[in-house]
Amino acid sequence: MLVQVPGGWNPLLGRLAIDQIPYTNPILAPLFVAVVIGGIILLGLITYYQKWGYLWKEWLTTVDHKKLGVMYIILGLVMLFRGFIDGLMIRTQQVWANGPDSSGVFGAVHGYLTPFHFGQVYSAHGLIMILLAATPLLVGFMNIIVPIQIGARDMAYPYLNALGLWITAAAVVLIMISLFVGDFAHNGWFGYAPIFELQYSPGVGVDYWIWTLELTALGTTLGGINLIATIVKMRAPGMTWFRLPIFTWASLSANIIALTSFPALQVALFLVACDRYFGSHFFTAGFGGNLMLYTNLFWLWGHPEVYFVILPAFGMMSEIFPTFSEKPLFGYITMVAASFAIAGVSWLVWLHHFFTMGAGPEVNSAFSVATMLVGIPTGVKVFNWAFTMYRGRITYTAAMLWAIGALFLLLVGGLTGMMLAIPAINYMVHNSVFVIAHFHSMLLVIVYAIFGSVLFWFPKVFGFKLDEFWAKTMFWLFTAGTVLVFVPMYMLGFMGETRRLDYVFNTAWHPYLVVEEIGIAVYCLSVAAFFVLLYVSIRDRVKNRVGQDAWGTSRSLEWLTHSPVPFYNFAVTPHVNARDELAWRRHNGINEAQPTQYVDIHMPNNTGVAVYIGALTFVLGFALTWRIWWLCLLSLAAIIVLMIVRSWRGDPGYIITAAELEKMEREAMQRQQQVEESLPHHGGHAVPGGAMAYEGQKLSPLGTPPSAGDQH
Amino acid sequence: MSTHDSPDPSKAVLWDTHYHGHDVISTRSFGYFLYLLSDGMLFATLFAAYGVLSYSHSYFNGPTPADFVHPWYTFTQTVALFLSVLAYGMGMSAVKKGNKAGLMNGLIAAFVLGVIFLGLDIHDMMDLAAHGVTVQTSGGASAFIVLTQVHAAHIFFGLIWILVMIAQVAGKGFTTDTVGRLLSLRMFWHLQAIIWVFVFVFVYLWGYMS
Repeated sequence: MLVQVPGGWNPLLGRLAIDQIPYTNPILAPLFVAVVIGGIILLGLITYYQKWGYLWKEWLTTVDHKKLGVMYIILGLVMLFRGFIDGLMIRTQQVWANGPDSSGVFGAVHGYLTPFHFGQVYSAHGLIMILLAATPLLVGFMNIIVPIQIGARDMAYPYLNALGLWITAAAVVLIMISLFVGDFAHNGWFGYAPIFELQYSPGVGVDYWIWTLELTALGTTLGGINLIATIVKMRAPGMTWFRLPIFTWASLSANIIALTSFPALQVALFLVACDRYFGSHFFTAGFGGNLMLYTNLFWLWGHPEVYFVILPAFGMMSEIFPTFSEKPLFGYITMVAASFAIAGVSWLVWLHHFFTMGAGPEVNSAFSVATMLVGIPTGVKVFNWAFTMYRGRITYTAAMLWAIGALFLLLVGGLTGMMLAIPAINYMVHNSVFVIAHFHSMLLVIVYAIFGSVLFWFPKVFGFKLDEFWAKTMFWLFTAGTVLVFVPMYMLGFMGETRRLDYVFNTAWHPYLVVEEIGIAVYCLSVAAFFVLLYVSIRDRVKNRVGQDAWGTSRSLEWLTHSPVPFYNFAVTPHVNARDELAWRRHNGINEAQPTQYVDIHMPNNTGVAVYIGALTFVLGFALTWRIWWLCLLSLAAIIVLMIVRSWRGDPGYIITAAELEKMEREAMQRQQQVEESLPHHGGHAVPGGAMAYEGQKLSPLGTPPSAGDQH
Repeated sequence: MSTHDSPDPSKAVLWDTHYHGHDVISTRSFGYFLYLLSDGMLFATLFAAYGVLSYSHSYFNGPTPADFVHPWYTFTQTVALFLSVLAYGMGMSAVKKGNKAGLMNGLIAAFVLGVIFLGLDIHDMMDLAAHGVTVQTSGGASAFIVLTQVHAAHIFFGLIWILVMIAQVAGKGFTTDTVGRLLSLRMFWHLQAIIWVFVFVFVYLWGYMS
């Protein structure tokens, strides 16, 4: 039944053998040593400071949605860095390996990477950036913000939430391990039929790719279920559908896409696995296989996935613009409708990824029109954001700069997307770096929105603001890098440079490649600025502490509770009276009102089971990759047993009594008062004047008219 | 905009001290229903693959379903699975009355019938393999076997779950946890029967007639 694999196989270790570790590779071997030393130092430090207990109790076993979200974001940032290093390697190879006279080192004829290694870097860059950087970052934000925004105490299924994180982490470990044990796929992040068939890719690279993606898909599906259920079932009283904050709406539409599209990915990859492991003929070149079936199935997921990542980013922008424009979001209802229109159309556009398939004019035209349709709701969103800022009282905080940067990139990416949606143009620039520049513009919209959100929501999660100067420095460096890398790339695309070149033949392109490399150097500086930003902000954290409403002009419910958010979110569930609840309360002078009576609350217990199952899914993925069958069965059985044991025990949770709650709340209030007294501006306003421009009503019914610096 | 539908702030309720939130069973059932939606999408994708790989050239030089499908044999599988769902449903109606024995009988009958279904399926697959129809035969055969066996894998895990529920109900009786899980399992078991309808019609009957 199983296919005979080329090379050695033994029952104990499968295909794993010592020569699978690339210790002779001059790039990977030193990296491996560095990683091992770094790992030992890290583990040593944790042991030295006796932080294992803290780490295990407070973080690894937690079911608190905020901590899980923070871990998702850390995971995403680490992988963003890894993906960036891949990008750096690609650019460096191309600027070096340009023209017939270009030299080579490390065994490469040109540049420093062999074609096979370059293919792996290319595949890993795409897979990591989309599925292991952007997706965890967005899921992390949804995890942290959505429950607080709707006034819930936690996600609908706290344990499932932890499981989603640890399965995603298993995928991350699996792809990182592929650096040092065996190879990674060299077939592009989306795979190509029939290149990924065993015959053409006999190594384990494709298997790593399959199981990494499968684990990610599983983790994201679980997270999607949790978020949808949370939004539908856990809203605070008064939080009607049309009072839902836009970020929550965007998360809902995005997760509906995730829930319905990820199974298509799982099936597509499962079928590739069947071809490679059982010798079936789904996508083979002969025996009745269909190569284009793979491409269709993959993009049937792949294109909705694009909107799965962009919609939360749109939601983030929709929170940042109103806060720093001191106006309600313009066109709330149309914003919601646009999100769902994009989510719906996302299912009808996948074929534009292969207009050159030969589907004929009718099919191509239909998909061309469908693709262009996306421009309408997206345009609605762009105009809504513009009208939100129009006659607003704009403060150019670093978060706002990132959001505005995202808006400009959306314009560039959107308009080039319109060009690509025209099959005639697409035929010309198909597989050129013009396409690459387009989708990087779009994905950078997400990155910009994420960095804006990091700055925007950081004080909510950690209780202090990030340093504005370094955040702005990072923004401008990052933006300069973006322009320097992607403007030349658009031009090279028109000149005919195709994607995935490990050797660039045309020397006339060299100046542009040099500019791209300079752009990468500037990106490196922005990464450095990011680390400085973290260092400076954490150093000055006492000075930068904030109260509940960190920006003084925030609008939605998450700013009603303390900063940092206590583990129970809200001591008493807030009753929602308006769409922008906090803005409404502030406008009426009741934003400081505290509950007078507390009742017991029920909280879920921490659990190690999610970590164990996550670790076992990694073992399963690794065993499947190397075809260690006994380990596959063992880990699968262990997962099932753990699930049954956990379901048998259940989780009674624990109770925080009203008295304890009152004590904790009183302490939090005291801390906050100290913060507010120590601040140069009353109430922690970044914005002098506070929220004046609310709905034209000038007088607050409860007392004094709102005036500068007197909003609290 | 948002102020128009807002109450007078001097009378507004700001905190809900006695808000009890959501009902545990309904929240879990809803989440499980969402999972089943994704499961349905999984089968939809497999059916799409089967559709694409059911042209005559997809079978290469090997046999087509018209040669190796036996609708009457598969009909017995259908009957077994549907009776299993019926038994499960009858067991669940006993839950309303708090009748533990009734539920147990239903679960055991559902389990036995599920095992019969799976046994018939395995026998069928081995029979096909003996006649030279495996996933390696052709693209069409791959699609046929993988689609039916993914369904069978669902049945297999469902059977494990039924066993777990028999043990849990025996050990714990009707608690929020066990009843919630019984409801989720009911949805799961019904969905597998519904998917089987499509498998039977589009794979076996349609394959027989093509």
